[in-house]
This record gives sequence, C-alpha cells and structure tokens, in this order.
Amino acid sequence: MTGAQALVEAMERQGVEVIFGIPGGVVIPLFDELYKSKKIKVILTRHEQGAAHAADGYARVTGKVGVCIATSGPGATNLVTGICNAWMDSVPIVALTGQVNTTLLGRDSFQEADIFGITMPITKHSYLVKTPEMLTRSVAEAFYIAATGRPGPVLIDLPADICAMEYKFKHPEAIELRGYKPTITGHKQQIKKAAKLLQNAKRPLLYVGGGVISAGAHDEVRQLAESMDIPVTNTLMGKGAFPETHDLSLGMLGMHGTWYANKAVCSADVILAVGVRFDDRVTGRIESFAGNARIIHIDVDPAEIAKNVAVEIPIVGNAKSILTELIEEIKPKKHDEWNMALRTWKVEHPLKFKDSDDSIMPEYVVQQIHEITGGEAIVCTEVGQNQMWAAQYYLNKNPRTWLSSGGLGTMGYGFPAAIGAQVGRPDALVIDIAGDGSIQMNIQELATAVQNKLPVKIVILNNGYLGMVRQWQQMFFGRRYASTELGAGNPDFAKVAQAYGAEGYTVMQKKDVAPTLRKAFENKKTCVIDIHVEREQNVLPMVPKGAALDEMITEWED
Amino acid sequence: MTTPTRHTITALVENKPGVLARVAMLFGRRGFNIHSLAVGTTQAPDLSRMTIVVEGDDHTLEQVTKQLNKLVDVVKVSDITEVNTVDRELTLIKVNADPSQRSEIMQLTDTFRAKILDVAERSLIIEVTGAQDKIDAMERLLKKYGIIEIMRTGKVVLVRGGGKT
Repeated sequence: MTGAQALVEAMERQGVEVIFGIPGGVVIPLFDELYKSKKIKVILTRHEQGAAHAADGYARVTGKVGVCIATSGPGATNLVTGICNAWMDSVPIVALTGQVNTTLLGRDSFQEADIFGITMPITKHSYLVKTPEMLTRSVAEAFYIAATGRPGPVLIDLPADICAMEYKFKHPEAIELRGYKPTITGHKQQIKKAAKLLQNAKRPLLYVGGGVISAGAHDEVRQLAESMDIPVTNTLMGKGAFPETHDLSLGMLGMHGTWYANKAVCSADVILAVGVRFDDRVTGRIESFAGNARIIHIDVDPAEIAKNVAVEIPIVGNAKSILTELIEEIKPKKHDEWNMALRTWKVEHPLKFKDSDDSIMPEYVVQQIHEITGGEAIVCTEVGQNQMWAAQYYLNKNPRTWLSSGGLGTMGYGFPAAIGAQVGRPDALVIDIAGDGSIQMNIQELATAVQNKLPVKIVILNNGYLGMVRQWQQMFFGRRYASTELGAGNPDFAKVAQAYGAEGYTVMQKKDVAPTLRKAFENKKTCVIDIHVEREQNVLPMVPKGAALDEMITEWED
Repeated sequence: MTTPTRHTITALVENKPGVLARVAMLFGRRGFNIHSLAVGTTQAPDLSRMTIVVEGDDHTLEQVTKQLNKLVDVVKVSDITEVNTVDRELTLIKVNADPSQRSEIMQLTDTFRAKILDVAERSLIIEVTGAQDKIDAMERLLKKYGIIEIMRTGKVVLVRGGGKT
C-alpha cells in the first residue's frame, strides 16, 4: 500500500473516528484515502486554527486524542495557535501537517514552512517523517505520547513523497521509548507523610486543577473532601473537578476568584494541591501566596514540582492512583470551626453584581444560562470578561464539561472548541459563552457548524468593547480606551448567523433574556444569541497585578 | 535566587534529527547562555552524548534539567558539576610568530605539553588539550604575540572510576 494508505490504517487502529482539517496541495492524496475510510470522518473547518481548537475541544470532552490536519506552509502555520493552546492546557492532540517532497525540503519551495522547527517549543514531541518505515511507528508513538503522562500535542510532518511511496504495512507491536517513561504510581513514603500532615491539619484546603480532570480523579477528590470535611477550591482549568454547587466548594481562586477562596488560601494551614501548576493568575504576588500553609503537591509532571512555589511534600504520579492510596491512609474527620468560618465568609462576601432592570448585566445572562441548564451543559468560553463571568457564575457539576483557554488565553478558542465538543458529544447541549470581540476571531466556523448540522449555541455578551482590556484601561490607564471600541464596527450578529444558515437572535431587554435562551437551547440548529449587555461592567472581585490574594478589589468607583 | 555559577551538564540523547535544536532551545528559553556545547556519538550508534557548560542560578538550572528530562529524545541528564570527572577540551590557536619569537613560543608550547601542527613564515598553529583553565592560561600567555584565530571544541567529560556518566 502507499504511505497515505498506511497512515490512514494506522490511525484507524488508534481508534480515530474524526479528524478536523482543511486540504491543500500536498495532502490531496491523504485526503483521498481519508475519503475512502469507513471509520474516520473528516470535518472540514474554514480556518486551520478552527481545526486545531476543534480537535482540542473534542479531546477535552471525550478524553480521547483529538486529531487535526493541515496542508504544508500556511495551513501548518495556521495550526500553531491551536497547538500552543493545547500545549499550555495539556490537551492530547495529534496534528498532521503535509510537507513538500523530501527532495525539496530546505529549498524554500512553494508552501514550504519548517513546521517541525516552528512547533518545537510548543509540542510534547514531533516527527518529520523522512522514510516510509517511520510512518506507522510515528503514528503509534504520537498517540501514545499525546495521551500518557502529562497529556499534550504531538505533531507529525508528512512529506508528500513519503505518502506516495509504496510501503508494506507494519503495525508496531509495542512502543518502547527509553527517553519517555511517565511516572504513574506515587512514592509510598511521600503519600504516608502527606496523609499524616493532612490528618493533623486544622485548616486544610484542597486546591484542584485540570490535572484532576485529565487523570479522571474527580471521584477521588470528592471522596477525600467529604470524608475529611475539607473545603475545595478549583482553578479555571479545574472547573468540574469538584461540583461547584457542593457545600464544600469555594469556587474558583485567583485573579478573579471568589473572595472566600482566596482568603481560604491565605488562612489554610495545609494545602493539598492536585494537578495544578501555581500559575501567576492563581497565586497573585508569589511571595505572599499561602503564607500560613504547608503544601503537598501531587502532579504527574516532575518539572511542575517547585517550579513556582516551594512545596513541603511533592508526590509525582497519576492523581487518581495517588489519591486512591492517600484515601486508604486517612481517617474521617470533621473541621466544623474552619468550615463555619468559610460559610460566614461566603455569606459576608459573596460573588455579587449590581443588577438592573434598565440594562442587561452580563453576570445575569450567565446566571440564567446556569439556571436553565441546571449546570448540566457543556460550556465553552472565549477569552476575556466573558470567560471570567462564565467561570464565576456558571457552576460546573461534572468533569469534561468546561472548555476554556486557560494557559494561552486564546480569543477565538471557544466556538471551534464547541464544534469539537459537539462532535464528541452529539447529544449534549453545547454552549459557547462569547464576547463580541472573541467571536469575530473565528466566526467563519459558523459554516462548519451549519454544514455538519451541529446545534452549538453561541451566546454573545455583546458590550461593544474588547472588554477585559477596556476594564484595565478604566482602572489603571486613566480611562483611555485605546483601540478597544468595537461597537461602531460590529455587524448585526443575528443577521450574520442567518446569512450562514444558522438561527440568529438579538436581545436588547432583560425580560427577553431567559425566554430567548430557552427557545435557542431547544432549537436543533446552530444558534447565535446576541445579547446587548451593559457596556462598562467590570469583572470583580479582582486581584490586581502584583498584589497578594487577600488584597482584592471588590468594588470600583472611578 | 542564588548567584549564577557555572554548571556542566551531560545528556545522553537519541541520535535523531532535531535533538540538538530541542536541547539548545530549552536553555535559550530560560535565558541561559551556553558557554560550550560538544556533541558526539557514543559506543551505541543510536545514542549521542552532549556535554553542555552553562552559567545560571541553581533553581533555574534545576528547572531546565527537569525540562530536558521531559524531552522524549533525551534518555538521561546529569549535572556533573560536583562530580569527580575527567574533563578535556581541545583548542587550536593560530598565533603570530616572527622568526625571532619562534623559539620562545616553541618553548612555551613544550611547557604546556601542546603541539605545533603548522609552521608558516610568520605564524604557527598550536594544538593544546586539557582542562579549561589550562587552555585559558595558554591563551593568556600567547596573547602578547598576537593571536590570529582560535577554535575551541568545548569541554567533554567522563565520570572517573567505573560508574557511568
């Protein structure tokens, strides 16, 4: 068979069901083989960035490896943002890129880009396939590397002549990589030490992140929290790792986290951090982070240990396996006094906004989405204010139902990710909470959603600004709104939707918010719900840059 | 932050395309200046060994070492700064040598157990092998004659005794 046939066969054997991408010159033979495949469906996106994010969204909701494909040169470079996004958020994707013939490599040939070199710092691993023998082995290794240990993107660059060469298919029996051996089981002694520290804690706190979700350790987190009566705060990536509606949940911590979650970090005497990386948006001023706490850190990636914050008990390995062992070591306990204090803080300093009947508050819209869906939908977000309001007011119950660009902060992520999510979970209600700025960064994917009959719901919190930047300009740059006004150029988003063959709704009044959302969520078509919200609403509370977590701004008056 | 110190790192890596770029990139990203880097094949044809001399603070270096270990093509990384090793560097020095100065330079070469590889009318090429401080000393002493060109290989090391590097 040809290299292209071998490649498709190798991917079928990996269980690939869907690939997102766009064809081009050098990958026509490959697409021809994919066309013939009975097992793999190809979803044509309208920009390669959309393909990479869709693969990412598919991976996040299913837990499988997402796959995207692009042609050489510009097709490949358009994937870069999506690959980097998956890299920063540890999402398993495999990116296939076409490449010019091996004989033309390095000669600045037409549509040649050194994508292998370009993506080196943002991939877990990558391959430039220079012999047909490398082909099937690369595929098998790529899927293995992407999905195991700390997940991440792997790139396979495929020169056209390699795909055309005759080749005897050989499926690699076993994968043996002497330089890649992820740690799974935690160190026994360390787990015992952690259990002892946790058992004797007076004000313990669980700080959970995306690592809990990728390890599937949410049940163990809940079991530990409930049996030891430990409050839980989650990162942006950790939404869904522990039900945010649970009595013990403090919601999200960090720059726009809840007052009480941040205060809890400052007051705790022992913090058990699981699958988190002490990101600067979480820690605030790093010297003041968790000043009273002794820290236990569980992570699959040894390089995350002591990267940003010194920890007392590091445990490297799979979160599910380590927590299971940890639970065996501990005895049930009550922390009435500590939890009472936290409950008081929740009442005294709740997440709040000044609601209005004259204009629509963006927080109100997210609250309505939460109420209507009961927290059971899959929610994707763009980046900026929309993302933070969604994080604050949409309370996630289940893992793999929150898709947001946490590390890279990619505007334009949410909608294509929602497409991938809908493909992975056809029966789920998938909602993209967007801003009017972000949605325009990948709005062309409306065509993809309509063509594939994907009933994704895009709720635009339309304030006519690049809102988060405008907020910073208002607070820290003397209200000089440099290049953040969008309103004057915004299209009628409902009409844009209709032009693509999707359903479009415009909401100008508060009373129409809930009924319109309900109507759209029941509609079987792709829907855009353009909600004109209060223009200058700010995301609060806020830990300003360089401040400590307990130095939050809770109200703002100019 | 600790004060920057010079570290010697060795890495056993897969002999595959791109591996040198991957390793060098990690140091660059963290602001490390690579002082010297030597790569060569090992007893196994599919493995190469790198000796990298860098300057940086301990915490950052620990991070870089961990990141290096994460690379799929890196089999083993060790910081052997504190380990008892044999280290050598080979250097070629082309130096001005008037006939009147030639014997003086040759004497110096003998003292350093260096070799003269090429004799021209007004210059010599000297090969000196040794630990880095020896080479630095030789370079200093030759300066007054006027050094035309220098080529250094970078340091290579092996751990002393039966243990593996």
